[in-house]
Amino acid sequence: MTTTTTSPVLTATGVTMRFGGLTAVQSVDLDVHPGEIVGLIGPNGAGKTTFFNCLTGLYIPTEGSVAYEGTVLPPKPHLVTQAGIARTFQNIRLFANMTVLENVLVGRHTRTKEGLWSALLRGPGFKRAEAASKARAMELLEFTGLADKADHLSRNLPYGEQRKLEIARALASDPGLLLLDEPTAGMNPQETRATEELVFAIRDLGTAVLVIEHDMRFIFNLCDRVAVLVQGQKLVEGTSEVVQSDERVIAAYLGTPFEGAPGAEEAAEVEAAEAGASEAGATTGAPQDETQRGTTARTEDGQ
Amino acid sequence: MTTDKTQPTPVNEAEPGATAPRTTLLRALTAAGGAAAVVSTFLAWTWTAEFPGDLTVYGYPGGLQLLTLVLGIATALFALAALGLKGLRWLTPSGSTQALRMLALGTFAVTWFTVIAIAVDLDGLVNLEPGGWIAAVATAAPVATTFLLPDDTRPLCRPEKLPSWADILIIAGVFALGLYVVNYGIQTDADHPEPFIGYLIAVAFAAVALIKAGLVSRISELTSAYRSTTLVAALITAIVFPFFQDKSSFTELGVNIAIFATVALGLNIVVGLAGLLDLGYVAFLGVGAYTAALVSGSTASTIDVRFPFWAAVITGGVVSLIFGVVIGAPTLRLRGDYLAIVTLGFGEIFRLAMLNLDGTSGPSVTNGPDGIPNIPPLEIFGFNFNDDHSIGGLSLDSNGNYYLLMLLVTIVVVLIFSRAGNSRIGRAWVAIREDETAATAMGINGFRVKLVAFALGATLAGVAGAVWAHFQSTVVPEQYVFAGPVPPNSTFLVAAVILGGMGTIGGPLLGATLLYLIPKKLEFLQDYQLLAFGIALILLMRFRPEGIVPNRRQQLEYHETGQLDVPGATGLKDGAVGVTKAEA
Repeated sequence: MTTTTTSPVLTATGVTMRFGGLTAVQSVDLDVHPGEIVGLIGPNGAGKTTFFNCLTGLYIPTEGSVAYEGTVLPPKPHLVTQAGIARTFQNIRLFANMTVLENVLVGRHTRTKEGLWSALLRGPGFKRAEAASKARAMELLEFTGLADKADHLSRNLPYGEQRKLEIARALASDPGLLLLDEPTAGMNPQETRATEELVFAIRDLGTAVLVIEHDMRFIFNLCDRVAVLVQGQKLVEGTSEVVQSDERVIAAYLGTPFEGAPGAEEAAEVEAAEAGASEAGATTGAPQDETQRGTTARTEDGQ
Repeated sequence: MTTDKTQPTPVNEAEPGATAPRTTLLRALTAAGGAAAVVSTFLAWTWTAEFPGDLTVYGYPGGLQLLTLVLGIATALFALAALGLKGLRWLTPSGSTQALRMLALGTFAVTWFTVIAIAVDLDGLVNLEPGGWIAAVATAAPVATTFLLPDDTRPLCRPEKLPSWADILIIAGVFALGLYVVNYGIQTDADHPEPFIGYLIAVAFAAVALIKAGLVSRISELTSAYRSTTLVAALITAIVFPFFQDKSSFTELGVNIAIFATVALGLNIVVGLAGLLDLGYVAFLGVGAYTAALVSGSTASTIDVRFPFWAAVITGGVVSLIFGVVIGAPTLRLRGDYLAIVTLGFGEIFRLAMLNLDGTSGPSVTNGPDGIPNIPPLEIFGFNFNDDHSIGGLSLDSNGNYYLLMLLVTIVVVLIFSRAGNSRIGRAWVAIREDETAATAMGINGFRVKLVAFALGATLAGVAGAVWAHFQSTVVPEQYVFAGPVPPNSTFLVAAVILGGMGTIGGPLLGATLLYLIPKKLEFLQDYQLLAFGIALILLMRFRPEGIVPNRRQQLEYHETGQLDVPGATGLKDGAVGVTKAEA
């Protein structure tokens, strides 16, 4: 699937984000090519979401630049979306008191241009644009399977459907690249599989996808390429196999063995943790496990 | 209408046809109590006509007795409807008990208020005639019986579909009734507070009863089914209002209400839709009023020009727009409460600037505290607004002329509000209000969209201010304060929006009406007006935070349990779980 011949939709070059003395993201380079699904993984606090915020203009990177289809993006969220990068949020940020349809219509904002005057005068152009927006929004709701709930308030949707609606809303801006921030967090295995299907379908529509996720099965099923971010730095980037077998990745997630510790005991521990990791995300306890592992990794790296 | 059955409520419902004999008895007693209250209003309650309304006549109810009479009849009718009397079932589409309780309480409250007021005003219970005692007892009994009744609240049952002429007739009747009720309130004796307080009590309880009975939901179903008919009916009701007033001061009340309601609706774009708290909105009204006054050709104006009215209005609007952009541009880039602080400051600066631009402390523009008096009367196509006119046998005085002009402005603002609100830009405003980060991530230029809302609000206030200046024929700085007992002031406007219901059209109109009318009628409160105002606001915000006319969205925001918006009947559980999960 990986196509290196085409020019990338997204080129992040040396993106660095510092908050005072803390370097959250340190000179990360990342390319996403058209039709690709790229995963971004890493322990909690590795800087994945910060990196996303740098890409979408919510943060202004301290150093480095982000380019969409060769053009460097200004660090303004609405201009980034207009250029063609849409995103979802880690903690769902729907417009809770708007209907499902209205949420998607807001997503159409950049692809329509009717201003106040045309709204007040209600000319034929306005009506046509409204009807077209509505038709496109319904199409997307159809696509995500929410069409029958178009008139519900988005706050009343069940959790899984709220996640879907966020994706539909992001797709409404006809993006060339979709950034998904933990799209399956808190989902049960069936919902996770459904999301997997949805992401494949989005890719088939011609939209490249960059996805942050903690559910390793989800990531390795889905992604053509996976980048691993640890402590703000990109550790490895490659296919699932490469990443899975990389010792540094395992160390980052699970920590390195203590010197002088009984080998057999350690090995058993690692095995148990691996078994846990393969189920990560499927159980609600997963994020906590992740935290512990992340902390372990960090302390040991510091030594 | 629809075929799908609404799910049964968890409330244990008394099966129709199998009502317990006790319930039947209690309902019959309630009906009898209502009837007794009705009868009591035909007796004399006091011996002297000194008490306002003349309650001394046998055989003919008057003054406050009329309120007891109406509520008594309503109690009796609803009790009969609860008993299953054919032809009355339509009164209680969603249950009778709660409505009966409210009506019984209302009758009781109005009657006891009257009786106690007689005793207090005339110094002693001895001033009560037997009729008063009978009324007091007759209205207390139904309160007891209704609170013993089992709750029979049920989901709204949809009656058979009536022919459309009948529906339209019902809408017309509702508006006629509404006009009568409003008129009754406006025309109550301003020298005595008792009739108006009684009126307020009666209207409040009756309104809650109608909501509980489900009649309000029925009516709003009808009005949304016949939108254009409803709009025409509302328009006619508003137009005929001045022709029903026998005193010019009542029409003047109407003009002021129309002006403040319009300004509140303009503020609602800023506060209700875009979520920007503007605490100095009255200053934009002032900018419009002062601008219009300066170019009106007033002898006191420092500029020697005389614009025609339409040009003065446009100038007022444009100057307000410029001020709106100047204030908004630097502050709207920031998030949070900065805008509230800046607008609060702007409101005060405007007033002080108008005070000081008097030729001694600053350049001579506004005549300082004297303001700009003698704004010449409006004349459009030879139609002088200060003269009396007679249209088709109906006479219209100066206030009536201005009322109709102001009504035109109100209609324009209502149109602007509904059209802007229901469009791409309106959705962007609501999105910004809901979650600014997500909105910008959806490609909305937050600053620009907010500035449009703010500037539009300022312009509308400027236009209303220009009309108001001509109506008042004078402008002075002290009208434009942050808070005060007399509208307009910024607090009054914000309160009207919040009290009425943010983001709705009816809300600010109703809120401004109530907030203007009540203090006008209760002038005896004097210094305590602001205190009463504050207490009323606190109570309202505690018990009905979404305002009197709730936005469907807000209603859900404040009352988590009801799945009110769901078309048809889908799982309440799903939604509830979704919410808790999302918040976890």
